[in-house]
Amino acid sequence: MTYEPTIIAFLCNWCSYTGADLAGTSRMKYASNINIIRVMCSGRIEPMFVLSAFREGADGVLICGCHPGDCHYHEGNYKCLRRFHLLQKYLTQMGLNEERMRLEWISASEGKQFAELADDFTEKIRSLGPCKLKETAETLT
Amino acid sequence: MANKEKNKIKLAIYWGAACGGCCVSVLDVHEKLFDIVAAADLVFWPIALDFKYKDVEDMPDKDIDVTLFNGAVRNSENEHMAHLLRKKSKLLVAYGSCAHMGGIPGLANFSNRQEIFERVYETTESTVNPEKITPQTKSKVAEGELSLPEFYNDVRTLNQVVEVDYYIPGCPPQSERLLEVFAAIVSGAELPPKGSVIGALDKSQCDECPREKTENKLLKKFKRPFEIEDDGKTCLLEQGVICLGPATRGGCGVRCIEGNAPCRGCYGPPTSIPDPGAKMMSAIATIIDENEPDAIKKVIETIEDPAGTIYRFSVPQSIIRRKIMPQEKKKEEAVLQS
Ligand code: SF4
Ligand code: SF4
Ligand code: FES
Repeated sequence: MTYEPTIIAFLCNWCSYTGADLAGTSRMKYASNINIIRVMCSGRIEPMFVLSAFREGADGVLICGCHPGDCHYHEGNYKCLRRFHLLQKYLTQMGLNEERMRLEWISASEGKQFAELADDFTEKIRSLGPCKLKETAETLT
Repeated sequence: MANKEKNKIKLAIYWGAACGGCCVSVLDVHEKLFDIVAAADLVFWPIALDFKYKDVEDMPDKDIDVTLFNGAVRNSENEHMAHLLRKKSKLLVAYGSCAHMGGIPGLANFSNRQEIFERVYETTESTVNPEKITPQTKSKVAEGELSLPEFYNDVRTLNQVVEVDYYIPGCPPQSERLLEVFAAIVSGAELPPKGSVIGALDKSQCDECPREKTENKLLKKFKRPFEIEDDGKTCLLEQGVICLGPATRGGCGVRCIEGNAPCRGCYGPPTSIPDPGAKMMSAIATIIDENEPDAIKKVIETIEDPAGTIYRFSVPQSIIRRKIMPQEKKKEEAVLQS
């Protein structure tokens, strides 16, 4: 059986989700491995969400928000950016490959960029193979 | 919970992977220990009384009214005793940070048995062990076979091994809190719902903390406690020291902060916060005064060992409860190739 990665994508409502929606309405094809969760703003994405995604078995986590300066709530994406780097530092300390988590800015008009990003990230995660985090956390030895 | 004779309750205290501090915290009630002894028969307490495991095995099930179990579960002996005491006790209380969340022994989940054995029995500077002798669970000697508990890869909290009725947090728990809880149990007062954290508050250390907090806490550098000139008044986090106050429940009497040291989180997070480190990552990200990736990374670099700091007492209980070890990663590659 070929391995199909499970990817959780957190997309902010105002830019990135609209961008992903544009990819859909424009009938662009992109990897079906991406499971989108819409949040109001990338600043709403708590570290807890990302940790839970990995613990529940995600192989990769993608975070998208409005471009810097464009956040509907002004500063949410900067907050997201700072959390992202901290999370990445922490996850690396826990033995996770930092490439399993990616942050990109996608505007409402960037449907094509979103579709390409989805494909590119899926291929990256496919090449890394299944994430062992869930199994490691749950196997008590 | 009254016992036939003199309404005394039967109390047991046991240590798993612990430092002994929790048992000492029980002794720290000083002369109040006599009140405890007046109300309870201590039927098992290895640090202070000469009972054997066999004595516990011989007790009828549920014979002990309350067992205070301190320490994490790190080897087969801890695990065996957790099961045994669960069976013999009406109430099993996880007492102290290690039984509650893994505690300091839980930091070993950044490693595994192989790494720990290599370090301890081979590479420590003071070790000479050319034959690489390591402890074996069974060894034959002239007198017969000797056995040692099996050292596990993983450190577990008590509730990852057996069902736990209550948690009394702290490293160690404040003795006053223990007395309050004990008095409540002895008086037969109605106890909180099973699974509750008792002997602590549900608000955070910050709510209890006397230090001044301003809205304007923005930082370009984090510092270790010795690097600041503490004014004794301003919130430690605002002065750049990682203080786990925002992610830790009150109840200890802000004792570290009263001693001008940051909170390390030994009381664990309030009910509303499932993972203390995740909460701290949010709190820390909020006060970093940079908006560019490289500058942000530079600020983060000034935090010494973020994972070990924000999960100081809670690695085994946290969402990502142990490190993925390199050999486990190799397995990952192996799966890919197959
Ligand atoms: S972060 Fe620490 S020093 Fe600051 S208010 Fe909270 S408990 Fe007090
Ligand atoms: S201040 Fe924090 S680390 Fe210190 S005793 Fe209280 S909860 Fe524990
Ligand atoms: S609304 Fe898109 S990042 Fe804040």
